[in-house]
Amino acid sequence: MSLSDDERREIEAALPHYPDRRAAAATAMRIVQRRRRWLSDEVLADLGEYLGMSVEELDSLATFANMLFRRPVGRHIVLVCDSFACWSLGYAELRAAIQTQLGVGLGETTSDGRFTLLPIVCLGACDRGPALMVDADLYGPVAPPAVGAILEAYA
Amino acid sequence: MSRAMRPDGQPAFLDDYVAAGGYEGLGRALRELEPAAVTQAVSDSVLRGRGGAGYATGRKWSTMPLGRDAPRPKYVVCNGDEMEPGSFKDRFLLERNPHLVLEGMILAGFAVEADAGYVFLRAQYDQPLACVERALAEAYEHGYLGSDILGSGFSFDIYLHQSVGRYMCGEASAMLNALESQRPNPRARPPHMTGAGLYARPTVVNNVETFAAVPSIVRNGADWWKSLSMTDEGGTKIYGVAGRVVRPGCVELPMGTSMRELIEVHAGGMQPGYELRAVSPGGASTAFVKAEDIDVAMDFESMEKALSRLGTGTLVLLDDKTCPVGMTLNLLQFFAQESCGWCTPCREGLQWSVSLLGDIEQGCGRPEDLDVLQEHVWLMGSDKTFCDLAPGAMQPLEAALRLFRDDFVQHIEEGRCPYAPGDGSDAPAEEAAARPEATA
Repeated sequence: MSLSDDERREIEAALPHYPDRRAAAATAMRIVQRRRRWLSDEVLADLGEYLGMSVEELDSLATFANMLFRRPVGRHIVLVCDSFACWSLGYAELRAAIQTQLGVGLGETTSDGRFTLLPIVCLGACDRGPALMVDADLYGPVAPPAVGAILEAYA
Repeated sequence: MSRAMRPDGQPAFLDDYVAAGGYEGLGRALRELEPAAVTQAVSDSVLRGRGGAGYATGRKWSTMPLGRDAPRPKYVVCNGDEMEPGSFKDRFLLERNPHLVLEGMILAGFAVEADAGYVFLRAQYDQPLACVERALAEAYEHGYLGSDILGSGFSFDIYLHQSVGRYMCGEASAMLNALESQRPNPRARPPHMTGAGLYARPTVVNNVETFAAVPSIVRNGADWWKSLSMTDEGGTKIYGVAGRVVRPGCVELPMGTSMRELIEVHAGGMQPGYELRAVSPGGASTAFVKAEDIDVAMDFESMEKALSRLGTGTLVLLDDKTCPVGMTLNLLQFFAQESCGWCTPCREGLQWSVSLLGDIEQGCGRPEDLDVLQEHVWLMGSDKTFCDLAPGAMQPLEAALRLFRDDFVQHIEEGRCPYAPGDGSDAPAEEAAARPEATA
């Protein structure tokens, strides 16, 4: 499973933003993850070879970063904010509504592979709490009954 | 800073920005000023960093090596990682007025004779990213960025870098590691970043709002900027209010506006049925201020006198229906989860604090737990840890033990949380197990 031409092209386009290939590793992992949803051992090995880095070097960053996934995830990522602002504005009820709707707990993926539900601390939208994000879309404030309609839009 | 912002809430792109006087400061600096004069103007304005620490911006810039013998390349980095819970002002600026931040960075680049800049955006800031991306394209197209900017001979590039996540990346030296694609542990200081920062080159790191303040200082002068403030600390500030108020949101006001005015006037006061109990004044790492003390002016010095910090200046309110112990537990869970594990007090101490707070919240706390928590406040105080993460975590804990003592005692004596049941606080183990970045 080597890197696709598309992936290489996009990484090459980002390389001039950094003084060397190694420094582009985080961005390269983002690029690959955007296409494959998660980073398998195989793809890290390919990336390491491509960037001149060991798998361990890449993994030391990948396992630290909360938005790089080293396990399979669903087609859409649902982030529910549990920061103290959202917590005080109804996080528990919002989270319960999402879990009921999806039938999964935090850190789990729906059986149809459509959604992965993850906790996130602060979306920088405290004035719109309780907030959630689906992929790149921010929602807030979200009343628990609105959860179904929001998630429905993501096939 | 909000001058070019559109009333309809849409981003102000180049036409709106230029119509409101945007890039005039840059034009003036490139035509009339030496780089050191720009730094002098920022120093004279007494601008202090808006990321929370409040370091004097001009002083920071003036430690960058200048001239032909200075090491090259030099960098300017904009900290847009805004990930501390209760911080939401940089999103407001980046989404509503992205060119202002870019102009501030270009002026900083000119002042310290830098070659390139990076905007470091947090992983979840896709909307701000889209706004900055478009603003960057416009700025290049119209000659505000790139080589020979506005025919001045000064060349400067700005690149966007989106984080792969973790609160630690917002710590300036850890951010530089993150930009280099290294594990974002904080770096030891010295060397200071202006001596050896990004790729060991001289680097200025400032917060989004700090850069946003620079264009109008250069355009209108330091005295004008100082005159905007209600106190000795110059200028204006993007404040915010979140919680059970009528109109939560961000607003630009004179530095030193009182906390009461923010809550009661600009946020429309508390929602019916809710009373104000306390305020987290500027992010999770700032100490609570009690409702009786909200006449305090929101500037750096006044907030310190109130035994807290200005931090980011975005208020999160604790109302009388929300458990202060539960809120403190939630805050400490955040810090424990985000500890990088580099130094022992933080790695072990935060987990232990969470465990004790969890016991108390769940009704199985013991009176002596309060003494142990108090001891942790000392154990993880300033200068006992490698970076400021754990000392930051101790600020709300210290304040909670001081201000909400009766609530802690009531939890322990009654063996339950007296507030609404099912308040949503999680056992930390459950949260940790739910994080998918760990290898399967």
